[in-house]
Amino acid sequence: MSKSAEGEKQQKAFGWAATDESGTLSPFHFSRRENGDEDVTLKILYCGVCHSDLHNLTNEWGFTSYPVVPGHEIVGVATKVGKNVTKFKAGDQVGVGVMVGSCKTCECCQQDLENYCSQMIFTYNSHNPDGTKNYGGYSDMIVVDQRYVLRFPDNLPLDAGAPLLCAGITVYSPMKYYGMTEAGKHLGVAGLGGLGHVAVKIAKAFGLKVTVISSSPQKESEAINRLGADSFLASSDPAKMKSAIGSMDYIIDTVSAVHPLFPLLSLLKVNGKLVTLGLPNKPLELPVFPLVSGRKLVGGSDFGGMKETQEMLDFCAKHNIAADIELIRIDEINTAMERLARSDVRYRFVIDVADSLSQ
Amino acid sequence: MTGLPEVHPNKAFGWAAIDTSGVLSPFKFSTRGTGEKDVAFKVLYCGICHSDLHMIKNDWGTSIYPLVPGHEVVGEVTEVGSKVQKFKVGDRVGVGCMVGSCHSCDNCTNNLENYCPKMIFTYGAKYYDGTVTYGGCSNTMVVDEHFVVGIPENLPLDAAAPLLCAGITVYSPLRFYGLDKPGLHVGVVGLGGLGHLAVKFAKAMGTKVTVISTSPSKQKEALENLGADSFLVSRVQDQLRAAIGTFDGIVTVSAQHPLLPLLGLLKSHGKLVVLGVPEKPLELPAFPLIQGRKLVGGSMIGGMKETQEMIDFAAEHGIKADTEVIAMDYVNAAMDRLLKGDVKYRFVIDTH
Repeated sequence: MSKSAEGEKQQKAFGWAATDESGTLSPFHFSRRENGDEDVTLKILYCGVCHSDLHNLTNEWGFTSYPVVPGHEIVGVATKVGKNVTKFKAGDQVGVGVMVGSCKTCECCQQDLENYCSQMIFTYNSHNPDGTKNYGGYSDMIVVDQRYVLRFPDNLPLDAGAPLLCAGITVYSPMKYYGMTEAGKHLGVAGLGGLGHVAVKIAKAFGLKVTVISSSPQKESEAINRLGADSFLASSDPAKMKSAIGSMDYIIDTVSAVHPLFPLLSLLKVNGKLVTLGLPNKPLELPVFPLVSGRKLVGGSDFGGMKETQEMLDFCAKHNIAADIELIRIDEINTAMERLARSDVRYRFVIDVADSLSQ
Repeated sequence: MTGLPEVHPNKAFGWAAIDTSGVLSPFKFSTRGTGEKDVAFKVLYCGICHSDLHMIKNDWGTSIYPLVPGHEVVGEVTEVGSKVQKFKVGDRVGVGCMVGSCHSCDNCTNNLENYCPKMIFTYGAKYYDGTVTYGGCSNTMVVDEHFVVGIPENLPLDAAAPLLCAGITVYSPLRFYGLDKPGLHVGVVGLGGLGHLAVKFAKAMGTKVTVISTSPSKQKEALENLGADSFLVSRVQDQLRAAIGTFDGIVTVSAQHPLLPLLGLLKSHGKLVVLGVPEKPLELPAFPLIQGRKLVGGSMIGGMKETQEMIDFAAEHGIKADTEVIAMDYVNAAMDRLLKGDVKYRFVIDTH
């Protein structure tokens, strides 16, 4: 068991952390600040396992600061609220997503786009202005400024709803921003994993026609029968890809590894839009001719602001949308990470923190 | 002089490339009779576009020889068909990159003929009747009224010609990508035929314009002649660093410019518009695109409605191309100079 060196923080916390680039997680004691006037303290019940957690654990992006406690799909119960907190009270079901801080004064923050604030603070693997370090949701409790806490809707299951806090908002936000919500239009979802499967469900709730584009033909039955996609396109089948040329209004590309964009761009109609959400550590290849000849665009998007995240949760509650999950114990996390690296999960691991995290 | 059997009733004369050397020489051909929807006009000026250079040498593998290039054509109407409503004899008109489309697909019904899969190019393409189209490096053209625009009196014809391709090619994306709002900061990469017009249009739309160039030599031109507000030498790291995150949009005509520095110059929610097509794909780093919700989009000329709108806008704001007017027999020398970028900023052939 490793111990944290931050004795100056004031309350004890416990979780699982990786201490080097092997990314292997193990029990870890650390501390968090005491609950301040603006803060909400959560007892963590569940935490989703996002592919970004894996990228961070193994320092794939080159900016991991060890020890790292991942986890930014956090669902729990408020146990304490600061005196300036009006939106929450002890006992409320709450969630915390990808960020826990921002400057609150810039144009982005004023427009409810805190996620694009230049001083945005990630939930984990980040530092606060006072120099203290942030640890994520693979832990027993967390203290967060009320602005970055979400109200978790009553009728959403706590465990299956956790992944919405990153995966959900990450696909919902670009659908709104890039105007991909017109009922009847045709959306392609490339990649059927944590993000992809939630994208299918949300898109269907918007009334879109949805085609899943995947290099795994065995996912077809799942995509259509379980997730409700209208059709399935095997990207490894050249004949099928050719017949689908120019058939889609939009594509949400959730593939996390480097992959060619040309075949996806070909699937778009004129004026089609492709949103890329994966964060490989090498650049993608962008063929310019399809963009020019078809006035197509490739855009990015990074989770979402707090207002929109709440809107997304409420939307999902209204349409009974939650993730398809495999609930695991914290001591199964390393195996889960190995399986995640092989995309062997349908479609999100969620850690049952309350029941399995014990010191 | 080379010539073809006359498949059409009217004699025409132009300069054509007959093989991939791209060398142009005098050429006799014919134009169709003026159909009920056609506008026949005497060609007065024709701009030389970089695409012409690609086409005469068959760089794209689609050229049909003999090839009479030219898709920035202006002239004076000599005859109109019985059903023509918008033009009459004597009118000043222009024709750009296309002379036909299907008229029934979604694109055509939305005034986006330029994206119609059956769009017919002004030259080097097969017309509805199976004959080959010939462009504006010639003395006469016959074009369907739908693909003809009127040139207002206050636009000099020679300076208006390049608007028909270069003009619409930069105007359309400035509008489409919302880079036309007063106060926005727009960058223009590449100061040539397209770039210099991008500066003029963007200024007329009320934006603040910075020319981004690899060479400091163009600074005086950009600021004093074209009216740009500032100039950024992209090879100077200090200048680049100081400009990070300051652009709402960047329009790039440069065919091979790394995207990463340009994406870095954009504010969050910024837009990078690409108009030039490089030979190889470009590297697109995902992080800046995602962390700033930025986008990279393309555009290609514009539909007929928008082309007329662009011409009218240019007339209203006094936007003219900076041209070097040449005689037709200088055309081969001009093509050689164009290849080296040695022109400020468009050659225009005086065809009459």
